[in-house]
Amino acid sequence: MGAEGFGARLMRKEDRRFVTGRGRYTDDIGLKDMTHGVFVRSPHAHAKIRSIDTSEAEKMPGVVGVLTGHDLAADKLGGLICGWMIHSKDGSPMKAGAHPALAADTVRYVGDAVAIVIAETRDQARDAAEAVAVDYEELPAVIDPAKAMDSGAPQIHPEAESNLIYDWTIGDEEATNAQFSNAAHVTSIDLINNRLVPNAMEPRAAIGSYDPAEEHFTLYNTSQNPHVARLVLSAFVGVAPEHKLRVIAPDVGGGFGSKIFIYPEETTCLWASKKIGGRPVKWVADRTEAFLTDAHGRDHVTKAELALDAEHRILGLRVRTIANLGAYMSTFSSSVPTYLYATLLSGQYAIPQIFAEVLAVYTNTTPVDAYRGAGRPEATFVVERLMETAAREVGLDPAEFRRKNFVRSFPHQTPVIMAYDAGDYEASLSAALEAADYAGFPARKAEAESRGKKRGIGLSCYIEACGIAPSQAVGSLGAGVGLWESAEVRVNPVGTIEVLTGTHSHGQSHETTFAQIINDRFGVPTDTVSIVHGDTDKVQFGMGTYGSRSAAVGLSAVYKALDKVEAKAKKIAAHLMEASEDDIVLENGTFQVAGTDKTLGFHEVALAAYTAHNLPEGMEPGLKETSFYDPTNFTFPAGSYVCEVEIDPDTGKTTIVQFVAADDFGRIINPMIVEGQVHGGLAQGIGQALLEGCVYEADTGQLITASFQDYCMPRADDLPSFKVMTTETVCPGNPLGVKGCGEAGAIGSPPALINALTDALGTNELSMPASPEKVWRALRSASSAAAA
Amino acid sequence: MTTVSMTVNGRSVSGDVEDRTLLVSFLRETLGLTGTHVGCDTTQCGACVVHMNGEAVKACTLLVGQADGTEITTIEGLAKGDELHPMQAAFREHHGLQCGFCTPGMIMMGVDIVRRYGSDLDEQTIRHELEGNICRCTGYHNIVKAIEAVAHSSGVAQAAE
Repeated sequence: MGAEGFGARLMRKEDRRFVTGRGRYTDDIGLKDMTHGVFVRSPHAHAKIRSIDTSEAEKMPGVVGVLTGHDLAADKLGGLICGWMIHSKDGSPMKAGAHPALAADTVRYVGDAVAIVIAETRDQARDAAEAVAVDYEELPAVIDPAKAMDSGAPQIHPEAESNLIYDWTIGDEEATNAQFSNAAHVTSIDLINNRLVPNAMEPRAAIGSYDPAEEHFTLYNTSQNPHVARLVLSAFVGVAPEHKLRVIAPDVGGGFGSKIFIYPEETTCLWASKKIGGRPVKWVADRTEAFLTDAHGRDHVTKAELALDAEHRILGLRVRTIANLGAYMSTFSSSVPTYLYATLLSGQYAIPQIFAEVLAVYTNTTPVDAYRGAGRPEATFVVERLMETAAREVGLDPAEFRRKNFVRSFPHQTPVIMAYDAGDYEASLSAALEAADYAGFPARKAEAESRGKKRGIGLSCYIEACGIAPSQAVGSLGAGVGLWESAEVRVNPVGTIEVLTGTHSHGQSHETTFAQIINDRFGVPTDTVSIVHGDTDKVQFGMGTYGSRSAAVGLSAVYKALDKVEAKAKKIAAHLMEASEDDIVLENGTFQVAGTDKTLGFHEVALAAYTAHNLPEGMEPGLKETSFYDPTNFTFPAGSYVCEVEIDPDTGKTTIVQFVAADDFGRIINPMIVEGQVHGGLAQGIGQALLEGCVYEADTGQLITASFQDYCMPRADDLPSFKVMTTETVCPGNPLGVKGCGEAGAIGSPPALINALTDALGTNELSMPASPEKVWRALRSASSAAAA
Repeated sequence: MTTVSMTVNGRSVSGDVEDRTLLVSFLRETLGLTGTHVGCDTTQCGACVVHMNGEAVKACTLLVGQADGTEITTIEGLAKGDELHPMQAAFREHHGLQCGFCTPGMIMMGVDIVRRYGSDLDEQTIRHELEGNICRCTGYHNIVKAIEAVAHSSGVAQAAE
């Protein structure tokens, strides 16, 4: 490990601009003659649009134009798509309804956009949006996904009868049932995985800009994957041909999944810019718009059962989940409760048979899609709540029960597709238990009781599949795109290096970690390396950043390009030093003829490549290589979390007294950055477990939690300082040996916390978010049950 | 329209604004100081914190008219040339930021907290004092460490400026 290379705790290169206020987010960008767009949104969860009268709005000061869903339809723009095809158990394809960027006939959730008002200033556009008169005929709405399948429930899309999008299964039902009939003990549990709002601190924004001279479109937006945005907007929506559309995602203020997807506003701003004659149209969401229209996360209702033999070994797992996908299918939505969820139901355990059934349902709510972890938190919640409950039911220590059932040899094929490549689950569990002083818990509990407090401790041993791939495999499962990544490494004549990557950074520190890898290979200082991303005109293609794929897939592509650069550079060095290519070694930025004192600096070889006065015969000048990397398997980070809570029985308030995370992320490029990722993930998972919950009014479909005043975001005072540590098994699937760390905290922490609370309360009846009121009621019902 | 004048980051500025213009809009749109961010519309998130006459305020909750005649410092005015303010340096050193969007508000709030408490700051006080600022990336762990480090460093006097 060098001072800046693999494993170095290097300070971030990107920080200087952020701490001085010089980041450049979409809303910071102003273009010549720019106008401002404000959307008119449905106040109803379900309604027919009888008519839209824009005449008053058009007369308002500063208004440049008002465009409706009928204008959009007249221009024959395509609707937004869901890019992952899922088939029901009867073999029929999922029933996806149309999703126009602006609704023309029917609105299906509160916030569904029906028109855009464009004016000289944002305030003028807001004023005029108030003056657009929409005549709605209200229709009955349904919010609860189980009720949405009832006969007589409001029909949301004609394509999906009973609002059922698909009824999908995985695993061998008969073999799993047979395991249950042989079980010595069965643990059953009903769970709700609460709906969350991602709430990246930067609200979504877009600037659509059409240049009539070049017939060319530019979109600036808050995107985690600008190339896929361009692909969908050109190939499916048809707003512009691919070669006439440039998508730029500049600094992006957090995504957590919500900025992967293609949304109505981007389509509309691009199209509107052309409609008004080529003036740029900027839209920036306010926070309530973000609550209403950013794709939400989670929202599962699950019944799960675990079968054990007499020695407490797991025989089988049965799961039935209803997944609420909201009013429309978002870009990745169908993959989240299926291949990203049910394929992880084996957890860290050797489970001979698993059968899962997932019903995906439309409701009159905001579309639901991937949110930090995407399916894996839901799977982990099921498995780890079951493990804890089963251990308590059979009277085993929960840590011991998990140990007994761990997968211990690798590779390990689960009954639900995944083949775990490497891991040591015992190592992370032991590290976590030791750091948490698990053995000392009974004494701490007794001490807390002496002060009138309730203490509990809970575990969670999660696994996740990230760096999702390979392309052929995901294609066979229904993915509409490949999940490789591309890279280009440009060594400039003076030896500075630009790395162009198809990944995107919105807080993950790519400018630092990617440069560390270049330093590690070529010995050049990280400040002579720049990372270029987020612009479809600069980077040829890419798949963006989500699912902890940037290091495992994106950096692996860079690494492959570096191999090619190094091979060519060695040929040049050998030629210049009149040595055999096989004798050239590259160390600390210097090419050396092995066993001699003949050397050439990296920059000297770079210069020689471009001056080209003296290159090996037939060699092309220049030193620039590209690579596309398609992984051979997912990577499988895993870890063990221990949470200890103290409850005030008078108020139901929970205090997290200790939270320990021991993760195996494979090799680690920058420990400081990895720790930061874990902290952030833990905060989001703890937020889900204790505070956050998206609430709709049942009859009307109004979003009750539509601002930070109503939706409880975790604040500094709600969280403890975390104890985080790592264990390491090297990932054999990629050249860097890395796994991925972005989602772990959000995956592993909710069950650890709920397990700790249920331990303290002596009841298993507690749903997320475990507000003080819920905890207080659970405590009272547990005490009365004990007294009875 | 109203004419307002104030000192922003040591520079005298003035402008004609609609009465309803918020301080944050004036800073971002009229003056082009886009480091001050807008993260919500309910004064909950604190991405817009600036200093008015030396005290932290939320620029999305003040009409620019209320700032008439005041001295405003934004994140752009905190460093001395190329030399980062100790709070900016501490956020960097302790990895107190990821996406960077809440960071300007956090740093301006951090400076204000240290100004009020000096070296008496402990972790719980910092966590409590940060109740008006939301970060979605860091889990606050390193933000708290950064502010604590400044409070307990010899740079407190400068940090409180």
